[in-house]
Amino acid sequence: MQMRSFGQSIKRKEDPAFLTGKGRYVDDIELPNMAHAAFVRSPLAHAKIKSIDASAARAMDGVIAVITYHELPETLRQRRLPLVVPVESLTNPRLPYTLARDEVCYVGEAIAIVVAENRYIAEDAVAQVMVDLEPLGVVADCRAGLLEGAPRSHLGADSNIAATMPSVTGDIDAAFSNARHVFKESIFQHRGGAFFMECRGAIAHYDQFSENLLVYVSSQGVHRIKRSFHELFDIQDSKLRIVTPDVGGGFGPKGSYYVEYGAVAAASMATGRPVKWIEDRRENFVATHQERDQYWDVEIAVDENAKILGVRGTLTHDNGAYTPWGIVLPWISVATVPGPYVIPAYDMTLISVITNKVPTTPVRGAGRPQAVFVMERLLERVAKELGLDPAEVRRRNFIKPEQMPYDVGVIFRDGRPVVYDSGDYPKCQEVALEAINYEAFAERQKAALSEGRYIGIGIGNAVEATGLGPYEGVTVRIGTNGNITAYTGATPQGQAHKTTLAQIVADHFGVSIDAVTVETGDTSNISFGIGTFASRTAVNAGSSAHLAGQAVATKVREIAAQLLEVEPDDIELTDGVARVKGPSNRFKTLRELAVYSLGKPGFSLAPGMTPGLENTAYFTPTQSSYANGTSVAEVEVDVETGRVHINRLVMSHDCGRVINPMVVDGQVVGGVAHGVGNALFERMVHDDQAQPLSTNFGEYMLPLAADVPRVEIHHQETASPNNPLGVKGAGEGGTIPTIVAIVNAVANALAPLGVHIAEAPLSPQRIIQLIDEAKARSVA
Amino acid sequence: MKPSPFTYHAPTTTAELTELLGTLDDVRIIAGGQSLMPMMNFRFVQPGHLIDLNTVGGLAYVDVQRDFIEIGASTRQRFLQRSQDIAKHMPIVGEALSHVGHRQTRARGTIGGSLCHFDPSAELVNMAALHDAVLTLTSVDGDRSISFGEFGLGFLTTSVQPNEFLRSVRLARWPEGHGYGFEEFAMRHGDFAICAVSCLMTLDDRGAIDRLAVAVSGVSETPVRLTEMEGRLRGTMPDAGTATDLAAAAGDIEAMSDAYITSDYRSHLARVITRRAFTKATERADQRVRA
Repeated sequence: MQMRSFGQSIKRKEDPAFLTGKGRYVDDIELPNMAHAAFVRSPLAHAKIKSIDASAARAMDGVIAVITYHELPETLRQRRLPLVVPVESLTNPRLPYTLARDEVCYVGEAIAIVVAENRYIAEDAVAQVMVDLEPLGVVADCRAGLLEGAPRSHLGADSNIAATMPSVTGDIDAAFSNARHVFKESIFQHRGGAFFMECRGAIAHYDQFSENLLVYVSSQGVHRIKRSFHELFDIQDSKLRIVTPDVGGGFGPKGSYYVEYGAVAAASMATGRPVKWIEDRRENFVATHQERDQYWDVEIAVDENAKILGVRGTLTHDNGAYTPWGIVLPWISVATVPGPYVIPAYDMTLISVITNKVPTTPVRGAGRPQAVFVMERLLERVAKELGLDPAEVRRRNFIKPEQMPYDVGVIFRDGRPVVYDSGDYPKCQEVALEAINYEAFAERQKAALSEGRYIGIGIGNAVEATGLGPYEGVTVRIGTNGNITAYTGATPQGQAHKTTLAQIVADHFGVSIDAVTVETGDTSNISFGIGTFASRTAVNAGSSAHLAGQAVATKVREIAAQLLEVEPDDIELTDGVARVKGPSNRFKTLRELAVYSLGKPGFSLAPGMTPGLENTAYFTPTQSSYANGTSVAEVEVDVETGRVHINRLVMSHDCGRVINPMVVDGQVVGGVAHGVGNALFERMVHDDQAQPLSTNFGEYMLPLAADVPRVEIHHQETASPNNPLGVKGAGEGGTIPTIVAIVNAVANALAPLGVHIAEAPLSPQRIIQLIDEAKARSVA
Repeated sequence: MKPSPFTYHAPTTTAELTELLGTLDDVRIIAGGQSLMPMMNFRFVQPGHLIDLNTVGGLAYVDVQRDFIEIGASTRQRFLQRSQDIAKHMPIVGEALSHVGHRQTRARGTIGGSLCHFDPSAELVNMAALHDAVLTLTSVDGDRSISFGEFGLGFLTTSVQPNEFLRSVRLARWPEGHGYGFEEFAMRHGDFAICAVSCLMTLDDRGAIDRLAVAVSGVSETPVRLTEMEGRLRGTMPDAGTATDLAAAAGDIEAMSDAYITSDYRSHLARVITRRAFTKATERADQRVRA
């Protein structure tokens, strides 16, 4: 009998294809008569378009079309891109046209699309499109954009502020006026982008006879892309299909609809040919959404026992030039600061500033790493000032398991109060500390210091809203060949949905996951979908897979019971058959039952029976499920060069019930790698005119294999009460607490030198500067 | 990210090669292509003609002579790294090569390509400076040999003429048992060095410095030999004080700055790395050896 799959470290169904070069990505798709596109992009961060002369480009051999704003279909000339998440406090939304009309607002903004016989010619022709730009004032920094007399990032704007939003709970004035201690920090954080291996890409195939538009796109959710096409083009639902094949990384930014997709579709309509556009790496640096700068001015009030009384301050966020996701990203930041701690009063004002840079939208962690950084640095400050062990300060402030569910008092970006559903935060930290032998670290540090070596240890604790709604659907169907297929709108980018969802479905039928096929990324498979982001698929699609699988299994039992003349409860499903329990060996195969369920031509179905072994479930969570984790890093800093070496990294992680431990490990390790990059390497550098300087991987530094330590993972499993599986999201937990754990460790290592750190990332050069500044202070 | 149009040539002999170089304009020679191909794909470089050195025979070899090792320009970095001759007679070259890109890029990259690209932080350019390289350039008019000082003119610029190609490089040998140290600081392993310092040393019977060579690269537009200190430190004991003097000289080199690295940090690293390279060379120097 087949063993239960849920909870097992089953090897990923996806990997044989990926490991043998049989993955199929957008760029692997070749359609007959396909043309290739390249974009003319703005070389300036802010400018007025005076004229565009494409005549020389159009005259080139092999060039099929050059399309500017003026040649777009009428609806695209009328409509700007849709706003995904409109909210009241977003008073100054900014959305682009598919191709820039009269103004460009960041370097890389698309001005024209060139369609040619191949990409080489398309790029040759891009250089021949003459765009006359009149430079305008540039907002290159979000704080500078707030200054009196600052240039406006968009022509005619009254202000550079996209939104101002307070998040308030408790009596903040009382908390601060009665506090024994108040500590203040000004913290700067920079996060880079996603930089997936496979850049973005799309193929549009408009059939002029059927008027069908088929778009292949590397995305994190086909249905939302379809919805954007609907909003921009007047195309009937039946004539629009979006397909996402294998995806080589998404990390958030591939969840957006981008101007290039509509432009490629318009190009296919105009030329009558399928048109392919594959983003190259330079474009990836100037045209794919990123995260970037946040400036936090914060203070914490504590009593004589280091118990937190309140936290307040301001977050100034660099939104970039447009607001496709509104203020989702900084809102998540503001709502995540409280973390696993009891904070009786909280008052954080978010100011999101429109700058002349690439739009910022969530990247793995989605503003949470910055929030956790702020809270954990404040606690380090408290520990230092009060002479307490940093772990002990956290212990005194943890929300206890018996306080669950715990209402934090602030509103999350889903419009619901932040109410933690479950979790054991003190234990999560203890497990990590024990694993790294925290108690003995002070001795190790002392011994190292006596040899002139600077080692340090750092803790990061995070609580993460996962499994955000509204829903994700799954249809489970048994074909007349007996095969079980699950169709979903969740669109994987490496998360192993085809394995984990199969595990959930397989258990209902007593089969191995090999008997269950999971189909993703095609709007023709299932009516509605939201997509894979925000660590939401296990909760949403996982629960739907469970409910749909359960419903189909129930129907299988009912039909089998009827045919075998027993009660449904007497039927067990195992190894692809519905069998009467006990020794009789009477059974019907799934194939027989699927055929029976469809009825016979001309005959009526039995009364009350619906056709087919099929069910669709759209699970809707009542609220987010809150995962949590503790990251503890031990580092050594070379105080002569500023180099940081991560000696150990322990992660204690609670994502509820684990569907597949090996898959979760992979998610956590990948997330930690991302955190290492954000802590020590990744920086998107611009000049003072917002010209991006880091546009290749020589200048924008991702961590290499040797820079990422072995991650020691300890799973905690606190089941979420918010969904039938008890699961929580796992895709971002590795990143969120790791950045600050590493920076706290560096700060701890350099404490003997009097170094104070309030920023990330930390480059070796910056560490030497900080050491020099500390030396200068101690002399002065 | 596709290159602009160019005409590809694949000569099989040096005669064909020099003939092409003598008649074509707007030419780039491609060897390993590890720098040139990205530059072409970025369209930073848009040559009308690309001549492939890989099809020309006889340009990949390591030839050990009494006073020097001659290396053919097409010799792959990976080959040099695994060469027993290099390991035996010029071990610092192997150490430097471990910092050149990654195994995959070293399998394609050549010594000649690296030298002709003349990136100021390139390890093989540093090795040429350290070993008083003599470079042989060939054209239809024949060969000419020039010193490293005459070869490297500045940032990504050499004195190779449009009708010439680099045929080979001779690196001066040091006595068996010499001390050597190569230290580098890059953001990640395999990145361009922010600072790399190489040091060769022989000691006399007393353990004092008999001969010293130090090359600092990444700090300014060409590698810098600390010639004055090399002479001045002859006869002194290689101790902490000597290391500090040498480090100070490295720190005095006028340092470049860019959007990522300040000149202050480069100078700081030059001091730190120089001291480390010198210390390592000292530890390895066999006192019985006299130059």
